[in-house]
Amino acid sequence: MTLADFIVTNAPALLVAIPLFAAFTCPAIGRISAAARNLWVMGAMLVTAAIAFILAFRVFSTGTVIYVFGAAATHLAVPLDSGGIPIRIIFTVDAMSAFMEIICAIVGVSVLLYSMSSESHNSNLEGYYALFLLMITGVFGMVSTGDFFNFFVFLEILSLASAGLIAYRIDGGLAVEAALKYFVLSTLGAILVLFAIGIYYGQYNALNIAMIAQRMQFSMLDKIALVLLVAALAMKCGAVPMHFWTPDAYSMAPSSVTAFLVVASQASLYGLFRVVFTMYNITMNCVTVGWIIIILGVLSMVVGVTMAIPQKDIKRLMAYHAVSQTGYMLLGVGVGLAVLGNATLTSAFGFMAMEGGIFHIFNHAMYKGLLFLTAGAIFYRIGTRDLNKMGGLGHTMKYTMIFFIIGALAIAGIPPFNGFASKLMIYESVYLFNPILAIIAMVVSILTLASFVKVFHSVFMGPQLPEYADVKEAPLPMLIGMGILAAIVILFGLFPQPVVDMLVAPAAHALADQGGYIASVLGGA
Amino acid sequence: MSRIVRTAADIIYPFILIFGLYVVAHGHLTPGGGFQGGAVIATGGALVIVAYSYVEVREWLSGKVLMGQEVIGLVGFIGVALLALAFGQVFFFNYLNASGSLFGIPVPYGINAGELNTGGFVPLMNFSVGCEVWGGLTLVILYMLSGLEKEGC
Repeated sequence: MTLADFIVTNAPALLVAIPLFAAFTCPAIGRISAAARNLWVMGAMLVTAAIAFILAFRVFSTGTVIYVFGAAATHLAVPLDSGGIPIRIIFTVDAMSAFMEIICAIVGVSVLLYSMSSESHNSNLEGYYALFLLMITGVFGMVSTGDFFNFFVFLEILSLASAGLIAYRIDGGLAVEAALKYFVLSTLGAILVLFAIGIYYGQYNALNIAMIAQRMQFSMLDKIALVLLVAALAMKCGAVPMHFWTPDAYSMAPSSVTAFLVVASQASLYGLFRVVFTMYNITMNCVTVGWIIIILGVLSMVVGVTMAIPQKDIKRLMAYHAVSQTGYMLLGVGVGLAVLGNATLTSAFGFMAMEGGIFHIFNHAMYKGLLFLTAGAIFYRIGTRDLNKMGGLGHTMKYTMIFFIIGALAIAGIPPFNGFASKLMIYESVYLFNPILAIIAMVVSILTLASFVKVFHSVFMGPQLPEYADVKEAPLPMLIGMGILAAIVILFGLFPQPVVDMLVAPAAHALADQGGYIASVLGGA
Repeated sequence: MSRIVRTAADIIYPFILIFGLYVVAHGHLTPGGGFQGGAVIATGGALVIVAYSYVEVREWLSGKVLMGQEVIGLVGFIGVALLALAFGQVFFFNYLNASGSLFGIPVPYGINAGELNTGGFVPLMNFSVGCEVWGGLTLVILYMLSGLEKEGC
């Protein structure tokens, strides 16, 4: 077996195994030298990202890939003597999972490159990189796994690693407080998820998502489980009214970590969509649940942006905008869910709304990651996050300013940046569903633009301040990290149609296609 | 603490250690396993810290050794699983099971006394996890109890 065959065959397992191995060996490698450690961590991340792309290519070209851990062969989902139950842990990578893996790989590489220089002055970097790689593992595991208990395990890995990294800059105890808040809420959410898993296991004797979906009865207990899961995962992705941890956690974490926390929140969003589309699908009342998700989305959009406007801390402001943008994804996919049972409406605008929402996940990860990285670059150079103390930085930090403009215009949905492409899809399809929702979405976009104009003006415009006269441009690795994300923001804004056709539409169809998901694990249903 | 407490802790500590190692080693046969056994061993550390003082215990226990224990345990766990890939099998494939070598005896059917030499690589994973939890949890306890003052006996 050649190396290429080996990688293609074992890609789903390697996605988790390589970052785990690199994370565990990181403290030992760090004792050799800092350069060796950086090389080791970066190499592991690049290899993982390459494998994610290989796997995604395979999924998009040949369909869902499953990987059965510990079996005699990778595709033996149901052992012969198990009575038809897939007892092993299975990774089920369909187009939606592959889509999320691409996001995680791109953001992971650029953020890690960025933190090579942004964190270089801090102590205990072995721990930092080990936890960062554990976050990568957590996200890859959450979006790949086809086993619901395994989803819980990766959720916990992700939460613990994130909490550790939020507290990384102790910052007089403020960061520790934010991390504690995040940790308590995450644990609470994880317990709700575990409770729901217990309900499924008690009823259906199965932990595999495909098996639960196949046996789904939508009994009273399933309704309780659905409520628990929607509440817990909506909280983890920062939807209003469970958003209160995001401003603290996002603003106190180092910026590189914040940029990846956005991806981590979206992994929870993925979990939410996986639950409602793959596990329940049309067995439940899609209109009601769809509207609940739409209302969560609209609330997040409006509350997020109105809370963002008065903020004076640049990262807190961006964190509220992250809440607001999550609302768009919930709105788009919620509309898709609300019309799921109705074939004419689904083909008229349901799929387009879902595609818009899913495309927005990708775009949001890119431009919001970029914005947090620029905020981190500003903090790195001037040491404050207070907007009132900034000003005139456009004279010295030119590249950072350009990246900020790209990110700000993208988040406000201005063409030709990628935020415009996905927001337009959401506006058009949601307008057909309910014009008022589309109008709210547009107003929120305008408020977003207003807010970022304010930030741009107070950070970069104006005369050069005497205290920042000798501020230099951010170091090169940080600029490259931001540049990767900025290039994707522009590229996907200029050519959205191929991206939608090649990546987003397959992901949306895979999400809606419950039968296909079940068949890929359990064989012809 | 008083001389009585210290002497009692001295006597009990080896038994806690042995019991913890027993739970780790029999993880594939009895309730418990690597995590539980490692936690039992770490509680022994807590006992010693309470009986003596943080400062004294810090001289006996090196943070670096405990950290190293963590790394060895974690790398051992993932390494055992990765070896399956090296043998051309699926990740986490139990290549030692029923192989006739270490821990490789097929599990006897029916009621039996419990054959320690079974389970394939599951005992190896238990050892790794036990080693990791021993180091990690002891470190956690050390940090948590670092505020304990050396009070008069």
